[in-house]
Amino acid sequence: MAVTETRIVTNRLREFTEDSWTIDRYLATGGYDMLRQALTMQPVQIQDEQVKASGLRGRGGAGFGTGQKWSFLPKGIYPRYLAVNGDEGEPSTFKDHMLIERDPHQIIEGVVISAFAIEAHIAFIYVRGEFALGIERLEQAVADAYAKGFIGKNILGSGFDLEVVVHRGAGAYIAGDETGLLSSLEGERAMPRIKPPFPAVQGLYAKPTVVNNVETMSTVPHILRMGGEEYAKLGVGRSTGTRIFSVSGHVARPGNYEVELGITFRQLIDELAGGVRGGKQMKFFIPGGASAPWLMPEHLDAPLDMDYVGSELKTMLGSGAIMVFDEDTNPALIAWRLLKFFAHESCGKCTPCREGSMWLEKVLFRISHGLGRPQDLDMMLSFGSTIVPGLNAPFSQTTICAMGPSTMSAVVSLDRFFREEILEMCNAGAARPTIPVTSA
Amino acid sequence: MTDVNDVPKVERPPGVPMSQWPSAYEYVLPTGAPGTVTLTIDGREVKAQTGDLLIKVAQDHGTYIPRFCYHERMKPVGMCRMCLVEVEGMRGMQISCATVVADGMVVHTQSDAARQAQDGVLELLLINHPLDCPVCDRGGECPLQDTTLAFGPGESRFVEEKRHWEKPIPISELVLLDRERCIQCGRCTRFADEIAGDALIAFGSRGAHTEVITFPGDPFTSYFSGNTVQICPVGALTATPYRFRARPWDLSAVETSCTTCSVHCRGALESSSNRLVRLLGVDSEPVNHGWLCDKGRFGYEVVHSEDRVRHPMVRKNGELVECSWPEALDVAAEGLKRALELNGPKSVALLGGARGTNEDAYVWARFAKGVVGTDNVDAQLGDGIPAEVALGLPEATIADLDRAAAIVVVGLDLKEEVPVLYLRVKRAAEELGVPLIELAPRDQGLTRYASTSIRSLPGEQGETARRLADALGGARGTDAGADAAAALLEGRAGDIVVVLGRGDLAESAASTVRAATELARLPQARFIVALRRGNVRGAMDLGLAPGFLPGRVTLDAGREWFGHAWGSVPATVGLDAEGILRAAEQGRIHALMLLGTDPHDDCPDHALAEGALNAAGFTIAIDAFVTDSTKRADVFLPVTMWGEKAGSVTNLEGRVQRVGQKVSPDGTAMPDWRIAAELALRLGVDFDLEQPEEVQDEIARVAPAYTGIDSTLLRRARDGAVAPVADHRDELVLGPVSIPLTDARWEPIRPGLDAVELEDAKTANDEADALRADRLTSVAQSAGAPPAPALHRFTGGVTDTAPPARDAYALRLVTGRTLYDGGITVAASDSLSELVADPVLLISPQDRDRIGVEDGAEVRVTSARGSLTLAVRADAAIGTGTAYLPFNLPGSGVSDLVDLSTAVTDLRVESLS
Ligand SMILES: Cc1cc2nc3c(=O)[nH]c(=O)nc-3n(C[C@H](O)[C@H](O)[C@H](O)COP(=O)(O)O)c2cc1C
Ligand code: SF4
Ligand code: SF4
Ligand code: FES
Repeated sequence: MAVTETRIVTNRLREFTEDSWTIDRYLATGGYDMLRQALTMQPVQIQDEQVKASGLRGRGGAGFGTGQKWSFLPKGIYPRYLAVNGDEGEPSTFKDHMLIERDPHQIIEGVVISAFAIEAHIAFIYVRGEFALGIERLEQAVADAYAKGFIGKNILGSGFDLEVVVHRGAGAYIAGDETGLLSSLEGERAMPRIKPPFPAVQGLYAKPTVVNNVETMSTVPHILRMGGEEYAKLGVGRSTGTRIFSVSGHVARPGNYEVELGITFRQLIDELAGGVRGGKQMKFFIPGGASAPWLMPEHLDAPLDMDYVGSELKTMLGSGAIMVFDEDTNPALIAWRLLKFFAHESCGKCTPCREGSMWLEKVLFRISHGLGRPQDLDMMLSFGSTIVPGLNAPFSQTTICAMGPSTMSAVVSLDRFFREEILEMCNAGAARPTIPVTSA
Repeated sequence: MTDVNDVPKVERPPGVPMSQWPSAYEYVLPTGAPGTVTLTIDGREVKAQTGDLLIKVAQDHGTYIPRFCYHERMKPVGMCRMCLVEVEGMRGMQISCATVVADGMVVHTQSDAARQAQDGVLELLLINHPLDCPVCDRGGECPLQDTTLAFGPGESRFVEEKRHWEKPIPISELVLLDRERCIQCGRCTRFADEIAGDALIAFGSRGAHTEVITFPGDPFTSYFSGNTVQICPVGALTATPYRFRARPWDLSAVETSCTTCSVHCRGALESSSNRLVRLLGVDSEPVNHGWLCDKGRFGYEVVHSEDRVRHPMVRKNGELVECSWPEALDVAAEGLKRALELNGPKSVALLGGARGTNEDAYVWARFAKGVVGTDNVDAQLGDGIPAEVALGLPEATIADLDRAAAIVVVGLDLKEEVPVLYLRVKRAAEELGVPLIELAPRDQGLTRYASTSIRSLPGEQGETARRLADALGGARGTDAGADAAAALLEGRAGDIVVVLGRGDLAESAASTVRAATELARLPQARFIVALRRGNVRGAMDLGLAPGFLPGRVTLDAGREWFGHAWGSVPATVGLDAEGILRAAEQGRIHALMLLGTDPHDDCPDHALAEGALNAAGFTIAIDAFVTDSTKRADVFLPVTMWGEKAGSVTNLEGRVQRVGQKVSPDGTAMPDWRIAAELALRLGVDFDLEQPEEVQDEIARVAPAYTGIDSTLLRRARDGAVAPVADHRDELVLGPVSIPLTDARWEPIRPGLDAVELEDAKTANDEADALRADRLTSVAQSAGAPPAPALHRFTGGVTDTAPPARDAYALRLVTGRTLYDGGITVAASDSLSELVADPVLLISPQDRDRIGVEDGAEVRVTSARGSLTLAVRADAAIGTGTAYLPFNLPGSGVSDLVDLSTAVTDLRVESLS
């Protein structure tokens, strides 16, 4: 049976492509009804009976239980803040971009409900600076929501106050990490901070803070609409509901697809995204953004299940971005290109990430340009285990944030699936006498 | 962690308006309840306090975990990842610099995984490091070298090209940055931000290209920049004064105290080939936490100035010409004798003494008061606080600031005058949450950390202090500012520590005295008298003040005791500096001794000083430099300077610490005290003092406040001793008894970057008690001694006169000290003299507009005393109706405007365009 999308979060923007981002369209399609309903409930009810019961897990990458994260806020300490992560920097991920541009009110409604649930009176929406149109629409939406009384003082007569601030990022991948984002919001350089203290305990301005992804926020109103338990019936196992997958690379129909969790990679890639373009074979694919270890065609029948992908396939669904590569691809070149990104975007704080990513990039440049040495792959694995001790999935790390281990995903994948091919390239390269300067 | 199931029905907190978003915030690592925990480190069971960091606990118990970014005096940042260890039950590796110890924790710092991580991190750190150790200042004392040797790989596998940067770039006049050597530990940037409050350096760029940067057009002009050079774990930051001057293995060091200002930060003074080349901060908990200011750090250059006087001189045919010591001393003694014979002891005066050691001060006081018989002696120059007040207020220590109920700063700009005390007050206010109440005529260094700032016009300080004291004492409702300050103390127990100084030298000292009198009414008030000049406190303590004898006793109270000890003391109380200068101006001073002092530059009233110096009779200069004052001397007796002599000094909290000798002087200069002893001999009294230790022992025997602070105690006391030691014995930390008496040095210290700790130092109350009892009995038992006199107490009662009304066109002058001033330390140091700013008259923007001048324009400034032409600039830090001009800045000429006999100085400022 052919699989179809399950459009919950993307329904409005797919239905009303002309004006899905306007307040009129939003109100005309039931917008802010869930906010009205939420304001009649107790915050703890929303946390427990709705969000926690729905099994919602963060859509930003780490997949942490949203209700559980909220419950970590220490009791009795105010103010608390809600920070919404719209930095979307993970290469090949483009779902939040779409949600911000095309359904900003849905985010805002989720934000107000969530802020109410966690008793925050100020929420920040941190948006990637490059999203010019998105920011324009989001700011308009916030202004409209203020004007209609969905944000501001005494929202809809409930006595609940909330200020929403749209913050434009200044273009660093690491500002997407939750503590990097908080530093950036405070006006500092976006550098992740050591944990503990965790943001839930000491986040923004050292106050308890929840950081949630844009898609996570966009899902919240729907959980209320469907009821937490009903929402939890969608999906598979602990991966409940739907997720938006950004499929890119050598496929016939790249794009965002919202599907119920539990369908297979093959269904998503072949049926929805049209399979590898030009009738070619797939060589490998990356299942969860640039940070995720790679998978091979033989893994296509695995389900889109965060736990299964982690424990059985030693990788992750991450930010929900799937990159597909056809048979003509040189995997070393892909690895080099990914490392060029990481080497450029490492915030420079942790030695293993800062220096390791640069070293990996330089070695991969040589290998991918026919200048590798036979010992290079093993050498990378060896110094790379300073970044990821043991190199076993799930990756452990010696760095502050998860970017450190991300730098090793490609190298570990080369070793796992393309060792022979790489060694062959390196042996050929060994004939060359000198080692040239790399490009970075 | 909160369990979601027991979240109670919550009260909705009131809405938080944006205006109340927190602006000051601080991240703290979670700590458990206070108490002791037991953990296992590499198989050894150790006990620690809850909340302690693993890296520190391990170190205290003998396990050194390698580190680069961690610094004991700063918050952990977790950047370098060098300190990774394994903790059982915790996933992955943990950084020990940010891991708080917990009961039952089992830690492995040497397991295979830990060693692999150490090895790996070092290999990574070195891939981009230039390894130009042979030409690096740090080579030989470099934590990166040492750590690599101890924990790192033998060889690198990196064959690619390293990162390149332009080598080195200046980030300020004093500091150079070599970005190739930088290992991005963030110690420098954190120091600048967290400790100094001058966030002028930060990280720029990303990845392996992450670099320390300054902001465009904004160099790293922090007064504390040298500390970053010291704590940089590689040679990325170098200081221009030291760069390429020495190799670490050629250096030898002595522990000492910096006497550039009266804080007396602890330091390690290093030399190579008999030249001082470096002063490093040493961590002393009660004093400086390891920090130095740049003036103190680089001021040693003055010692080797070309302009030093190397041999004695006498005036012949109107010129000062070199001569032998016996000749110079004979001439000096003859001059004194003549004055005494013709006009008696009252015609003799001694000014100065604040730049020397306690031994210098004591022997000179004994000479002046016990031999010459004059009480016309003053270490200050009308620019300080009278000894009755300074020596008699209930005292607080620097460390008391940390636990005060509140800190009240009266007058002075701590950042400019006593910079490392500024750091301590800033820390207390910012980090420890001690309310800081500032009472000053303008916005200054501490203003941004003050909980409340009370502005007072010159002349009104006493009145303002009265209202504050009333409010703090419970009588509220008359002054809103004072009430707000008093409200800060609600619920806080403990002392109110008042830091008292002279913020405005154009305002008479009576104003400060009145402020002290008012605040001293509060039973919980204790004072730190912050007079800036090097050892001014030691000088006053040891008798270089009119009406006082050594050990904080008045002339009257100590007459019998010192009569017994010395033979005789002056009959009546003598003149203070202002009185001496006036008497000299009127021709009543027939012999004047200038003991390392320069009234011409340092007296706020230039006309008075000039008149006095010209009219004074026989003048003896005991100095290291020919200055505008000492150039008039009849005899010039050259002295050794700091670094060239051993001894002790007393800082502004009354802590007596040692200064060390590191080099011997060029030429034949002598320690000041020895010159006094030589003169005494020529006047017929043999002091029988040969070594500074003997002077210390005599001080401990005869100066009541210094009872027990003898050479043995000074040698053993890790942090010196606060006088009187009987009141502060809890603070004594004594080193091993076994140090031989003949060992003139303190325990050898290893020059390095971190705190230097004495391994076997321990607090020994009982030992201190025994010591004290010992000394007291030995004093009491000395044959025929009268009962020891009581220490002086200030009982207040001094009043100031209300300042005259200011007419609407006049601006009231405020003149305070700046760090880089016209003093000899700055002028004679090549590196520091570059940093002196041009004098500019600062006025409020309102007054500028009223006068109708542009910033930078020249104006004529006229007081009742004189007139000057200066550039003017508006500054919002200056209150309307006042004008600020730095004191003793070359070219500022401010002392031409001031008359010491008036309460305030009013100025007329006219546009010249
Ligand atoms: C290097 C790095 C980059 C990240 N970038 C993003 C991002 O762009 N957007 C995002 O939502 N989460 C990003 N994350 C994940 C966040 O740290 C955080 O887990 C997430 O925002 C939490 O929201 P969620 O629980 O709703 O997923 C990133 C994490 C890392 C380590
Ligand atoms: S792991 Fe990399 S990106 Fe993350 S904090 Fe450390 S240096 Fe920065
Ligand atoms: S310059 Fe020195 S102190 Fe500053 S970050 Fe670099 S290595 Fe650390
Ligand atoms: S010392 Fe712990 S991370 Fe640097």
